[in-house]
Amino acid sequence: MKTESLWYIFINASLINNFVLAYFLGICPFLGVSGKKEIAMKMGGAVTFVMLIASMCAYGLNALLIAIDAPFLQLISFIVVIASAVQLVEMFIKKMSPALFRALGIFLPLITTNCAILGLALFQTNLGYGFIEGIIYALGAGVGFTLALLLMAGLRERLDFADTPSVAKGTVLTLFIAGILSLSFMGFSGLGG
Amino acid sequence: MMTILIALAALGCLTLVLAILLIAANKKLHVTEDPRIDTVEAMLPSVNCGACGYPGCRQFAEALVAGKALPGKCSVSTDETRAAIARFLGVALGAEEKRVARLACAGGTNVARNRARYHGVKSCQAASLVSGGGKACFWGCLGYGDCEVVCGFDAITMNAFALPVVDIDKCTACGDCVEVCPKDLFSLHHVSHRLWVNCKNLEQGEAVLEECQVACTACGKCAMDAADNLITMVNNLPVVNYSKNHHTRIPIQRCPTGAIVWLDDQLGAIKGTESKKIVRKGQRRAGIT
Repeated sequence: MKTESLWYIFINASLINNFVLAYFLGICPFLGVSGKKEIAMKMGGAVTFVMLIASMCAYGLNALLIAIDAPFLQLISFIVVIASAVQLVEMFIKKMSPALFRALGIFLPLITTNCAILGLALFQTNLGYGFIEGIIYALGAGVGFTLALLLMAGLRERLDFADTPSVAKGTVLTLFIAGILSLSFMGFSGLGG
Repeated sequence: MMTILIALAALGCLTLVLAILLIAANKKLHVTEDPRIDTVEAMLPSVNCGACGYPGCRQFAEALVAGKALPGKCSVSTDETRAAIARFLGVALGAEEKRVARLACAGGTNVARNRARYHGVKSCQAASLVSGGGKACFWGCLGYGDCEVVCGFDAITMNAFALPVVDIDKCTACGDCVEVCPKDLFSLHHVSHRLWVNCKNLEQGEAVLEECQVACTACGKCAMDAADNLITMVNNLPVVNYSKNHHTRIPIQRCPTGAIVWLDDQLGAIKGTESKKIVRKGQRRAGIT
């Protein structure tokens, strides 16, 4: 067990090892829904939410798998459990709070077994985080994802009005910016040591 | 062997528990939606083209049932289907005038010259990357038929002179061709907009005709005597103001090159009687003649 402060875990997951810009996980939603800031915000919220669920599931499941001495089942059972858990929560939200469902609902199926989500579950297990640490880690990762998405959406909204060469328009330009953003996030790498 | 059994048992149990949980949740937490949404969705063409302004047919059906949209918005359905939906929901049809995609270029291979031969992927998108494609007219149709490929309704076919022809009956105004054309030659118009500027060339003067015999030379004759400023010259191109009375064939008679046409349902694009006749059936040769 590592003894890291919760604050460090949070900063680490959100800035230093940002899931999108340092680990290159979750690129698909990062490129797909970073067109508008409001939608990016909602997507970020949904991802954070799913990450929290995934983190809790992974913690429980990992304990179970160690108990039956079958840690090699980690990957497959994580996928199954996280996907079902998100499905369950989605149904629950749909029933209980239609307003929240309308805000997050369409994004949830998109990210159930996203690589960022699965990556979070695996990282957290490998780092040996406990329950509270896992939740903080998930929260940090979610905030980091939202930050990356918001930065991207802001840039892209501006770029819509910029005079860009037609060769670079669209996905190409988005990937350019993603690279530059990623470079700038490398600046955080000295932060926690 | 033991490990395999443990793995099988563990995963079996896991999936069983999850399946039971999900089935139970599906029963328990089932949300009763308006059943009319399903019915309306089934009546819609389910091509999810987005011409109605909603992301897909399901969302459009929801908007229809909620009364936020009228069936006329769906340009893909037939008139009978639209009427059936309107009857089913007891709302007005909200008939919108049919819109179609229109090409603003008449520079087929018989009238337009190439300045270079393009050897590469037979796609306008690819060709336009190589300094704008091989056509002498920078704004003209490249003729590799990206629009024909992208059209999901088989409404666009390339004619003998490598120009796309839109089948008005099949066109649903979904806007796919508008997006795919690298020269931005397509735009969506109401079918009643019959006065049509069939050129996008921004150059001025007779020299343009070297590149394409049916190009607009920006002479401005059409704009000069158009009543009520129906036509104005913008960037060396006539622009028809469709909010004014545009049901007049006078402008096509004023055009010396036939760049302004009258679109007829049966006869196609009609040029003015004064415009030059194009009789060449083969390809126009490259280079200066």
